[in-house]
Amino acid sequence: MPEPAAQLSVSLWRGGADGRYETYNVPRRESQTVLDVVTYVQRHIDPTLSYRFACRVGMCGSCAMTVNGHPSWTCRTHVAKVADAGRLQIGPLDNLPIIKDLATDMAPFFEKWQQAKGVFAPSQTRAEPMARIRPDSAARIAADAAIECINCGVCYAACDTVRWNSGYLGPAALNRAWTLVNDERDSGNGVRLAAIAASGGCHSCHSHQSCQEHCPLALNPTASIAGLKRRSTAAYLKGELKA
Amino acid sequence: MNVRLYVWQRATAALMVPFVLVHIAVIFYATRQQMTAADILSRTHGSAAWAAFYGAFVAAVSIHASIGVCNILTEWSPLRDRGAGWCAVLLGIVLALLGFRAVIALVLM
Repeated sequence: MPEPAAQLSVSLWRGGADGRYETYNVPRRESQTVLDVVTYVQRHIDPTLSYRFACRVGMCGSCAMTVNGHPSWTCRTHVAKVADAGRLQIGPLDNLPIIKDLATDMAPFFEKWQQAKGVFAPSQTRAEPMARIRPDSAARIAADAAIECINCGVCYAACDTVRWNSGYLGPAALNRAWTLVNDERDSGNGVRLAAIAASGGCHSCHSHQSCQEHCPLALNPTASIAGLKRRSTAAYLKGELKA
Repeated sequence: MNVRLYVWQRATAALMVPFVLVHIAVIFYATRQQMTAADILSRTHGSAAWAAFYGAFVAAVSIHASIGVCNILTEWSPLRDRGAGWCAVLLGIVLALLGFRAVIALVLM
């Protein structure tokens, strides 16, 4: 139900890296999400506003923005939970280049997935029988705990180490690498462990746990990175890794 | 930081835990016994054990601190890996020279 008397004061980032916040008044509605607010501005106030979204139900990971200083998925963030005294400040994700307004260039984020060898390397061909993986095996439990990442970039934007060290692979790429390290069907761990043990890899993490704090799916990339630290350190001490 | 530096920094940190405890105990002992510098030097002079203890301590500190500073420079200064690495090596050498000079003064002079 619309509440005509209630208005939200919404500051949106406009422009590129040298842009500024501009304020708009948006009608307050029941069960309104932050993405609804941004969409209202684009459809009713300023059609030149640029932002990114797709599924609107928390599956695609494309609508992440900085809401009142915190990186969030906007489609599942209710205004009632974040609007401070009827005010919202919505900006692009931190630690990524701004394309325009609320849209950031995600290329560095996904390039780091590639650098972390976040691609499945099959150990069998499709002609061979399907691999049998026990769901209760320790490796599968570890992989399952980290597998639901939707690549929204919230952890990357929240990470202090990414902010300080542009060469750091970041929580999402390392979390992805951890799922593959624990995938019994994968054959790429030699190359993968060398990649994540190099400069800018898992050992650069300070364990601030901002990634865990902000992950909309309540994943724990810090734990995944700790696992990678243990695994790669053991490989190094055994002489299986060239740093 | 790569895995090699990570292992060195953690290993030297582990080594320094007993070193620091013994060092603090020695400070407490010396002050509570109201020992003068001459009293302390008379006990450490010619001691291979104290030379080994503080020599290892200085080596661990030099390695540990220089790796830590390298990491700080990488994150907080415009220097990248190579520049920060050279600064850290320089710091490690300075720390080692100062430290070993003190150890030599403690056991040989």
